[in-house]
Amino acid sequence: MAASDTIGGTPRQRATDYLLRRHRFRMAEALPWLIAIAVFFIFPTRMTFGSQVLVMVMFALSLDLILGYAGIVTLGHAAFFGVGAYTVGLAAARLDWTEPISGLFAAAIAAGLVGFVTGWFLLRYRGLTLLMLTLATAILLQETGNLRSDISGGYDGLPGLTFKPLLGVFDYDLYGHTNYLYALTVLAIIFFFVRRIVYSPFGQALTGIRENVRRMHAIGSPVHRRLVTVYTIAAAIAGVAGALFTQTNAYVTLTVFDFDNSAKVMVMLILGGTGRLYGAFVGAAVYMVLEDYFSKLSPTFWQFGIGLMLVLAVLFAPRGILGLFERIGDCLAERKRS
Amino acid sequence: MAALQVEKLNRTFGALPVTRDVDLTLERGARCALIGPNGAGKTTLVNLITGVLKPHSGRVLLNGEDITASSQADRARRGLARTFQINQLFRGLTVLENLCMTVGERDGHCNNLWRSSGSKREVIDEAIGYLDSLRLTDDALKLVRELPYGRQRLVEIAIALAQKPRVLLLDEPAAGVPSSESHLILDVVAALDPDIAVLIIEHDMDVVFRFAKEITVLVQGAVFTQGTPAEIMSNEQVRAVYLGQEGHRGGHHG
Amino acid sequence: MRRRFHNHGVGLVPQVANIAVSILFDGLAYAMFLFITSVGLSVTMGLMGFVNLAHGAFAMAGGYVVVTLTRTYGVGFVPSLVIAAVVVGAVSVVFERVLYRRLYKSTDLEQVLLTIGLAFMAIATATYLYGPIPKSVPLPEWLQGDVNLGFRYFPSYRAFLIVLGAVLIAVLWYAFERTNIGAKIRAAVDNRRMAESVGINVDRLFTLTFAVGSGLAALGGGLAIQLLGLSPSFAVLYLVLFLIVVAVGGLGSLKGTLLAALVLGIFDTGGKYLLADAGGFFVYVVTVVVLLIKPAGFYGRE
Repeated sequence: MAASDTIGGTPRQRATDYLLRRHRFRMAEALPWLIAIAVFFIFPTRMTFGSQVLVMVMFALSLDLILGYAGIVTLGHAAFFGVGAYTVGLAAARLDWTEPISGLFAAAIAAGLVGFVTGWFLLRYRGLTLLMLTLATAILLQETGNLRSDISGGYDGLPGLTFKPLLGVFDYDLYGHTNYLYALTVLAIIFFFVRRIVYSPFGQALTGIRENVRRMHAIGSPVHRRLVTVYTIAAAIAGVAGALFTQTNAYVTLTVFDFDNSAKVMVMLILGGTGRLYGAFVGAAVYMVLEDYFSKLSPTFWQFGIGLMLVLAVLFAPRGILGLFERIGDCLAERKRS
Repeated sequence: MAALQVEKLNRTFGALPVTRDVDLTLERGARCALIGPNGAGKTTLVNLITGVLKPHSGRVLLNGEDITASSQADRARRGLARTFQINQLFRGLTVLENLCMTVGERDGHCNNLWRSSGSKREVIDEAIGYLDSLRLTDDALKLVRELPYGRQRLVEIAIALAQKPRVLLLDEPAAGVPSSESHLILDVVAALDPDIAVLIIEHDMDVVFRFAKEITVLVQGAVFTQGTPAEIMSNEQVRAVYLGQEGHRGGHHG
Repeated sequence: MRRRFHNHGVGLVPQVANIAVSILFDGLAYAMFLFITSVGLSVTMGLMGFVNLAHGAFAMAGGYVVVTLTRTYGVGFVPSLVIAAVVVGAVSVVFERVLYRRLYKSTDLEQVLLTIGLAFMAIATATYLYGPIPKSVPLPEWLQGDVNLGFRYFPSYRAFLIVLGAVLIAVLWYAFERTNIGAKIRAAVDNRRMAESVGINVDRLFTLTFAVGSGLAALGGGLAIQLLGLSPSFAVLYLVLFLIVVAVGGLGSLKGTLLAALVLGIFDTGGKYLLADAGGFFVYVVTVVVLLIKPAGFYGRE
């Protein structure tokens, strides 16, 4: 064995190196962050919009854990976004709790709890059953909020929320500069955690569940436990996204629970490419920018365009924009080799 | 204490009984073949033993412990491994990742959300060890779906071995493998650790007689007869029910 | 609209009975609509496992065809329903052959996304052609007003819906249980591979059921105009409900779809009668309860 070890480039060597080094940061990974910072300087008047994009990136990232890595298709992810959004909203409006960072933690815990409980029951099912159960859960949460619209503000929501300055120091300006950097920082921290999870042995087990759940059972993997764990984490992150949404908008309504929201984030993720970490970045950014531009032109035209985009994506680019890039990259690599 | 004990196992699909009062014992180091005509319920029996299906009555004991109520994953963790008749692999992952996943789940490494999956060098080394023993090392970085079927079958067996099982159930390991490659499989099966109790479902009588020290014949879900290869060979009824159907196969061995 | 308990000197029991009868009647009419529109979806999903989220768009299209026929061309309401069903059924075959066929082997997710994309395109087109405001249709004399059923007056339109529903159920039941084709469909739903090996052309069978199912959806859409109002967002709004009926009833089961439509229709109507806004709750509670106990629905197979 020692002999073949010393020969560099043997399959054994390369395979081992590949696994040992997979989690290391690559140069290209700095790109989205550099772009995000550049946007801050290039488009200073669009910072409110920028914050919304960052919120959506976080939301899509949380969905990628479930959909892209574990392979679970659900229709009610907005439920966790909504729980997080309302935790912060209700705390600010009813309990006068306006400290933003503790708000994020509270939202994460509340949403994570809902994710844990619902996940424990629902993740025993798949397919249409799971789609309907998760959809019903989101709607039930929405209807519960509507039941006590005196507390929740119903579909009119809770307007005019104000929040204490960040860390007691950074105040909010009219153009949303503070909010943007705040959202970007939180996103970076969350992303760091998600990235660690994805490259961990647990993350590997998730891909195993996605690729062949029968095999996972047969090798002794506690599949249900793994799924509930990732579902809880994803729910907590979606909750943080929701909390940020309320904080940066200073406003929240029950529409955060809409099926529309769940569908939108799924479309963003598919567009960017699932199971690729950065698919959430690409997908959310592209979708939000296109929506901003086209729906101002004509909402009908935008809806048609999104529909067309989905149809074309499924037929010709099922692995999303990043998948297209990968294919181009593979083609170029082939070309170079020959 | 037997490695695997099956007691009076019963199972029906609707009105159709597919497993009828089956008794089976595998001692440590057993080399047992399960044969029978198509539709006899061989795979169903394996599914019952591994926990994919629950029996309507009867017990399954692993090393003396009653595992009848245990889940599939639980049984796997206690040392019961199987291969499927049709490969169940992680086709989109590399061969090495397939093995690392198996080792990782076995020793609880996959419970870790924080360290990178490459952090435990021992897992990778052990996984490569299994690839070595099955001469799959050169394919380590290839995606499973890019391999020819015969080599995929080897990965299927490698995964089962990587579970460090005490009882191994092989469901037609050479099925679907072109005859030019089937010797790879058979060599592996012949070289299995003598401590492991092995049950192999097979149709190819050459394989059965080469490998098995005892044979169980299953017909219509019930145990028709059991015995050594010589006994089975000379059993007229078995020939009529099963070997006779095979025509030119299963010929005349001593 | 909350019914108030006015005591006009009438006892409590007759009042409660009256409300119960209203709920049952309206609920039954609503259930008939749900059944007619959803049954196609249930059978096609059970037969081919194809998740068609554009089904709501077919219903919506049917509704708009009826609108155009009655308002622009002066065709009668009932003939328009028939024409809409046939037209949409025929057009759906084109979609099936050209697009859906490619995705039979694809993942659920891809089917969901493709059909949702089609639905969005349909909604946008409808908005462009008809505008976002709900449309109404001119109804013939005999469908307006009330009809006297002896002990009480009932809205004629809903009575019509119930009768039509009952007739369609009888026809479908007969077709399913007593004809050759029905037997083939049931066999294919039960075990497609075995059906194919016995010589049943499942592909053609599917095209047929798909066309009939889409035609029925169009019929349902046309019927919905008066019952629920028709606007482009109908396609997605009610899709959720159709999916729930199908999931709760069990894929590929006529009986299941009917039972689910009845249960959900009556619960929803009752809920809205008694609790106004909060009444929308019940449909989803029933869904969760049923699916947790029987994940494949009332008559679905695991």
